[in-house]
Amino acid sequence: MNVSYEWLRAFVPFEETPAQLRELITTHAATVDDLVHLRADLADIVVARVVEEGPHPDSDHLHVTRVDDGSGELLDVVCGAANVTAGKLYPFARVGVTIPTGITLEKRKIRGQTSNGMLCSARELKLGDDHAGIMELSVDVPPGTPLLRALPLSDMQFVVDVLPNRPDLLSHLGVAREVSAATGKPLALPALPGEAPVWGEAPHVRHEGTTAGVTVRVDHALAPRYMGLVIKGVKVGPSPEWLVKRLESVGSRSINNVVDASNYVLHEVGQPTHAFDLARLAGATVQVRAARKGEKIVTLDGVERALDETVTVIADAERAHAIAGVMGGRDSEVTDATTDLFLEVAVFDARRTRTGRKRVGLSTDASYRFERGVDFALPPMALERLARLIMAVAGGQVAGPPVDVVEQVPVPRAVTVRSSRVAKVLGARVPSVDAAARLTAIGFTVDAEEGEGELTVVAPSWRADIVREIDVIEEIARLKGYDWFPTEIRPFRPGTPPDDPIWVQSDRVRETLVSLGLLEARPMPFTKGDGASRFVRVANPLAEDEPYLRRELLDTLARRAEDNLAHLQGNLRLFEIGSAFEPTGAAMPREIVRVGVLMMGDRHPEHFASARGQRYDEWDAKAVAERAARAAHPAADIALVPADGGWLWRVHAGGRDVGGVRHVALDAPVWAAPAFGVEIDLAEMPNADVAPAGQNAHGTAPGPVGRHWPQYRPVPTMPSAEFDLALLVPAGVTSAQVEASIRAASGELLERLQLFDQYTGQGVPEGMRSLAWRLTLRHPERTLRDKEIEGRRSKILSVLDQELHVRARTS
Amino acid sequence: MTLPDHPSLDDYRGQISEMAAQGLAAIGDAPDLDALEAARVAYLGDRRGRMLEFQRALGAIARDAKPEAGRLFNTVKRQLESALDERRARLGRGAGGYTPPADLTMPARPQWTGARHPVTLVIEEIAAIFRELGFTIALGPEVETEWYNFGALNFPANHPAMDLHDTLYVQDDVLLRTHTSPVQVRTLQRFAPPIRILAPGNVYRRDFFDASHAPMFAQIEGLCVDEGVSFVDLKATLGHFARRFFGSTRARFRPSYFPFTEPSAEMDVECRLCRGAGCAACKGTGWMEILGSGMVHPAVLEAAGVDSEKYTGWAFGMGPARIAMQRYGVTDIRVFYDSDVRFLEQIAE
Repeated sequence: MNVSYEWLRAFVPFEETPAQLRELITTHAATVDDLVHLRADLADIVVARVVEEGPHPDSDHLHVTRVDDGSGELLDVVCGAANVTAGKLYPFARVGVTIPTGITLEKRKIRGQTSNGMLCSARELKLGDDHAGIMELSVDVPPGTPLLRALPLSDMQFVVDVLPNRPDLLSHLGVAREVSAATGKPLALPALPGEAPVWGEAPHVRHEGTTAGVTVRVDHALAPRYMGLVIKGVKVGPSPEWLVKRLESVGSRSINNVVDASNYVLHEVGQPTHAFDLARLAGATVQVRAARKGEKIVTLDGVERALDETVTVIADAERAHAIAGVMGGRDSEVTDATTDLFLEVAVFDARRTRTGRKRVGLSTDASYRFERGVDFALPPMALERLARLIMAVAGGQVAGPPVDVVEQVPVPRAVTVRSSRVAKVLGARVPSVDAAARLTAIGFTVDAEEGEGELTVVAPSWRADIVREIDVIEEIARLKGYDWFPTEIRPFRPGTPPDDPIWVQSDRVRETLVSLGLLEARPMPFTKGDGASRFVRVANPLAEDEPYLRRELLDTLARRAEDNLAHLQGNLRLFEIGSAFEPTGAAMPREIVRVGVLMMGDRHPEHFASARGQRYDEWDAKAVAERAARAAHPAADIALVPADGGWLWRVHAGGRDVGGVRHVALDAPVWAAPAFGVEIDLAEMPNADVAPAGQNAHGTAPGPVGRHWPQYRPVPTMPSAEFDLALLVPAGVTSAQVEASIRAASGELLERLQLFDQYTGQGVPEGMRSLAWRLTLRHPERTLRDKEIEGRRSKILSVLDQELHVRARTS
Repeated sequence: MTLPDHPSLDDYRGQISEMAAQGLAAIGDAPDLDALEAARVAYLGDRRGRMLEFQRALGAIARDAKPEAGRLFNTVKRQLESALDERRARLGRGAGGYTPPADLTMPARPQWTGARHPVTLVIEEIAAIFRELGFTIALGPEVETEWYNFGALNFPANHPAMDLHDTLYVQDDVLLRTHTSPVQVRTLQRFAPPIRILAPGNVYRRDFFDASHAPMFAQIEGLCVDEGVSFVDLKATLGHFARRFFGSTRARFRPSYFPFTEPSAEMDVECRLCRGAGCAACKGTGWMEILGSGMVHPAVLEAAGVDSEKYTGWAFGMGPARIAMQRYGVTDIRVFYDSDVRFLEQIAE
């Protein structure tokens, strides 16, 4: 909301500067997001001192001056004003500065003398009509000071971020109330011109009443309170200067004196009001009712809007003339031809206003306030000010007492506030007397018990947000100022929840992959999916081409890889730890936390002493999968099982399928290397309700997370024996089968079995391949004899021959 | 001595052993690198080396003796080669058998460096500070029920407070969580106080993807609930965090509003660019917004089945991506999502 500094000062005689006031409002009420000078066009004008002055050699009216603009260098400036005097201060525009009249100054020669800028007159700065000479400044500031800082030249606008719980701050009155409390200066409504209107009692009537012959019928579910008043004989025209300026100071444009008066009241006290042209209301009737399905209205902005029963309208006997609390209709708009007004000052239901304005796709100053809640007690005062202002600026006379259609005036609720509770929540004891005084200053009624026991607090009508004790405790803290509370770390007890096991897992996997040289990505999980029910769909997606949540992390990583390829980056090694989603048929999908890895391109950065052109292949991906799986499932046996259906391997952890390794098909340029992907489940994220609303599941929390530590085996002390086996392996026999046979035949002496070569070609019969293993044998207690080793070797070869028809390669 | 045209295995073994002994002696005794090279040519040379003779003889040897002879040949060749390498190393340098490269200005052998994402780095740094104060990590689902995301957190239905949470829905009452605060409720329901947890995670808003907004971003939430926990603890703990994280700095708290905390407070720290003097980055205020916080609203404790008279608590939430932007000088948040390796590698440096 925009708040004017000068307008606030019309409520409270504070002495704070705009900057101080900004701080005060921010720390006590609501954050001031910005402080805007309404004369930002003067921002580059500085105060400068004329140091020397003399006549121009080639002119009888020009002066040649030397000017100190604070830059440390004296500037030559030619000046045509008769009043230029050495030693005095003037507003100065440097070369390059644009002055308010729109002229941008250049360095130029005036009759042969260089001029670096301009000493300005009031008119050139749009600060008055004085054009007789340059503007002499009687301030005591150093040259170079911005003019706006040196002079109280114009109003400042505060942009206040009013949060949804404080609609009372959506007016100058509301902000002024807080300023008054914080500064201790009294609060008063600004004086208005003219005379206060005089009318008799306006008794509360339910559902229906009349004013000056106009019948007002109200559905109280839509408008708990509705006041109406007729003013006759106005003359619509331009507003006086002061009113135009006030509205300008909050960024509102002047329209005509009647509309401006309505806007003034809105910004002044926070009450949206509306003036109808009485002549346009049929049947001398005003009714507040739900719109009918198919009903239409052309609003003030000239747009025809279709309505339905979720929208509240103000209608005459025939049709709708306004969307209640949102915007008036064009048909009954106040124009130059208008002479008689029907004024509406009402409180519309907050939720319905919100639903209705969303339905028609509008948000206005009025709807903004109604959907947050307008003070139920405000209309009589607002109506009086509105009527007085209209009569003062547009003439006319009140045609009779107003009508006040009210269902029920809410009874203020008393809230009991325990001093002990205040101290418990805030951690410091605020004396009851102090708290009571501060609450009273912003309109609360406080009954203090004897001593320090309890306060009975009644919130003012504009503070509908005060419902519970805690709401008052917040007020006390805020009014006291958060700064007042001490900052000391007090003893604490450790918490009962252990680290979430999925976090522990993720952390370990991340550490492993980073140590392998991979780069972590954190992309978004939206995907184009395949239109099928295999995907979880977002009902209101941002981008219609990506309405689904991914089922696989590799889906996302593949798109990120393609993006990199488009930037000619072909060496990729990306990983992500994130969630994948699968529909379940129930409301909540399965959410699985996974790790995904995508690798392609050079296995090592290029180096003159390294082999060239080595690219990541499936074996690298297999290794990463093993490492990641081990980190994710440390207690489980990890196996990579050859697979089909697009997968090279499936990853098994403790016999459970937890993921796979595959070649990743990309939309890739020809130069791109093949891409390989790994995707492994860490865990399913629990997403069932922990307990029903209002209940807990304490006592059922899991115990500490199971951990796994590798177990120590004594480091060998005896020497080992090594030998190689080069074997001819027929087609259809796998290396895993051969290894299994070797292990079985070698017995417990086999310490290590390492496949180190694969060869096909010359010397190897067609359809076979040569595989070579290195075997390391060791006895824990003694050195192995040559004969033992040879015996073992023969046994292995004979078993291999029998079981798999695998023989030693002899050439 | 030369081999017969059709040597027996014994001939072959005897002669190759003799040759090997001579060769090993010649290599081992070579006084300098030139002499060593001469020995290499004499025994292992491609054209006149003595090993050639035994290689040729393999073709002429009896068939049944061939495998054994071949093994002998290979063993000897390997012995000679390793002796040569060893002697060459010993002659080439002083002690230790190592010769440094002639041109040491050549570049080191590079390795791919891995890296955590900058947003992860910020989350981990924040977590490390709170861990010292006894906080553990809690997680929750990204697809949540409306009750955990809004209802349990005291959001009034159809209220302007919801405008700050433009929500992506999966179904009527299932949504992509708009903040990490549902983890507060899940934790309060699951674990009895005392509770001190941090909840990092991804959250979603229906925001367009531009330089300063993203429909998904990371958030980190903190929750502390126990008997006797107060606003003073909130200020002290978060102030401590600010000093540890941002270095010596001033922090201030100002009133704010979140449906699930009361009193609510926004914490600012002194702007690091202008040191509080006011600059464009801090809109002239001298302060940078860091986090939102407040005392846990009694309604939230009650919704989670926790006695709100007995227990009090405080909570906070912050956006690590904003901090990462400041830290790494990133001006466009989209950089964090693009996964461009040229960016990620800069962080790896």
